[in-house]
Amino acid sequence: MQLVLEKRLEQSRTIALVSPLIAIALTLLTMSILFILLGKNPLLALGVYFIDPLTDSYSLQEIAVKATPLVMIAIGLSLCYLANAWNIGAEGQLLIGAVAGSWIAVKTQGTDAGHWVLPAMLLAGAMAGALYALIPALCRVKFGASEILTSLMLVYVADLLLDYLVRGPWRDPAGFNFPTTAEFDPVATMPLLIDGGRLHLGSLIALFVVVCAFVVLGRTIMGFEIRVVGAAPRAARFAGFNADHLILLTFAISGALAGLAGIIEVAGPIGHLQPGISPGYGFTAIIVAFLGRLNPVGILIAGLFLALTFIGGEQAQITMKIPLDVTKVFQGILLFYVLACDSLILYRFRLVSRQVTHGLG
Amino acid sequence: MDLVEAIILSVLAASTPLLIAATGELVTERSGVLNLGVEGMMIVGAACGFGGAWASGSIVIGALCGVLAGTALSLIFALMTLALAVNQVATGLALTILGTGLSGLIGAGFVGQRIATAPHLHIPALTDIPLLGRILFGEDAFVYLSLALVIGVWWFLYRSRAGLILRACGDNHASAHALGHPVLRIRLLAVMFGGACAGLAGAYLPLAYTPFFIPGMTAGRGWIALALVVFSSWRPGRLVVGAYLFGAVTILQLHAQGAGIGIPSQFMSALPYLATVIMLVLLSRTRRGGSTAPAALGTVFVPDR
Repeated sequence: MQLVLEKRLEQSRTIALVSPLIAIALTLLTMSILFILLGKNPLLALGVYFIDPLTDSYSLQEIAVKATPLVMIAIGLSLCYLANAWNIGAEGQLLIGAVAGSWIAVKTQGTDAGHWVLPAMLLAGAMAGALYALIPALCRVKFGASEILTSLMLVYVADLLLDYLVRGPWRDPAGFNFPTTAEFDPVATMPLLIDGGRLHLGSLIALFVVVCAFVVLGRTIMGFEIRVVGAAPRAARFAGFNADHLILLTFAISGALAGLAGIIEVAGPIGHLQPGISPGYGFTAIIVAFLGRLNPVGILIAGLFLALTFIGGEQAQITMKIPLDVTKVFQGILLFYVLACDSLILYRFRLVSRQVTHGLG
Repeated sequence: MDLVEAIILSVLAASTPLLIAATGELVTERSGVLNLGVEGMMIVGAACGFGGAWASGSIVIGALCGVLAGTALSLIFALMTLALAVNQVATGLALTILGTGLSGLIGAGFVGQRIATAPHLHIPALTDIPLLGRILFGEDAFVYLSLALVIGVWWFLYRSRAGLILRACGDNHASAHALGHPVLRIRLLAVMFGGACAGLAGAYLPLAYTPFFIPGMTAGRGWIALALVVFSSWRPGRLVVGAYLFGAVTILQLHAQGAGIGIPSQFMSALPYLATVIMLVLLSRTRRGGSTAPAALGTVFVPDR
């Protein structure tokens, strides 16, 4: 027997909707096997991962808080990927955004600066993220250097820069030598949506970004150009669309969103700048973008789902002593299944016996 | 003179994992497949390699475990991109994410453990020659193996019929298919070779470079290996030059940090990554127009029966 792929004449709409669900089901199955290998009860473990966080208000808020950066970054990445531009350095753009925004927070610390501080921080974060993303985009457009490799290399550079700042010039003098800045002033932190809760203004910004992306992709010429350049580069050239401009544009937008996500994370749930501000949001957002089928609404749902795995993973570590790395394994396996199931949309899988193949060929 | 010798020895040690991983990826890419999962295969190779050596007490078994782990991961990649025709860039990223998680899971049991690293060659008269002796005749087996690997790959690609067919698959899969060559099977073998090399390169780190395993110890070396393949214009000979240049940058910044020259250590640590970006820009610029990449690199091939 041999597996043969047949191109579908039309992309299957039903499968387009069902494929992420098949992928999740297959992932859960694989995870159950992994849990058994680790000597844990799979039903209990999956319950802790995916059901328990949904049952109390603290965890629900925490899911929204974790989903905020994931959704914002994934929206930006989806624009890049639709235009066939491969930005995989969102993690670095996030860190640079956090650094740039924190610069304002650190410099105004202890002064009687007014309410302009937070908006200025957000703006600085977004701009720094966009500029940082433009480095690989310009290298690609001007010199033809692979944006995949350059954008990834810059993640390490951003990480080291942040490390230098919080251990050197920005270190809190009263911080017992810990590598961290002082806690930001109240005017430099994200307002909470619920008093005493965790949910902050950033989640509303993320929702706004989703709506904007929905409108841009579905209702504007720019959204159309992005999709044509990615799906049919030759047709796009004949139509006079400038692919280079779109690479720069989509990189700048995704960098801005990643930078914004970074400063929101620092000014929101964390409250100060320190190493390790992101548990790999920039990389997980790649999974979110694909799981959401590069569609804004899909990304919103996918972002909430992956945020759930972060919370579930933390709880599973505490209550069942399941290593935190299981969450990363889960995310990797999920991306594999999502991509494999996406192949079902374009192709029909057939098993044929070898003899027949040879007879025809 | 001792300092110069020490620097050259450590440059060779730092370059070897890059060279091994890049050689494997070069063969994979020459067959037309872009596997971005080198970093993931390397880090799992490091975890399994250390685990194997720690449990068995044998460096050889450790290296074999690394090779097997890298090959196993590359098989997942092959299943996805060759059998199911999934986008190679996205699948490679997935492989790296999965590999990072898996290595943490596998390595959790032996973080903090130490092993004896691979012994260095010692030929009484030759190794004792001043200056050159230890550099030429006093390396660990991996260093010699990596150079043998490059020569073997060069011979295979340019002097053997199988290598010619493999390059044909990478340059024009439709023509290779029309001539009756099993494109997907050849690519499968090339991907597996790349995986085996990445696994071995990963295993080199805890078996010969440092005597312990820490999560994330590959620190982007898999990505630098990918950049080196671009640097080499997909030619094995230039790969050696590139890998040793990069090893030199890594080691020189370490020595500069050690000498305490007043530049913050983080800036020095960023040098290899910045050097990669600058190298990619300079090379791509001089090559504008005539690309040397395999023409079918990264494209999906679905045979029409």
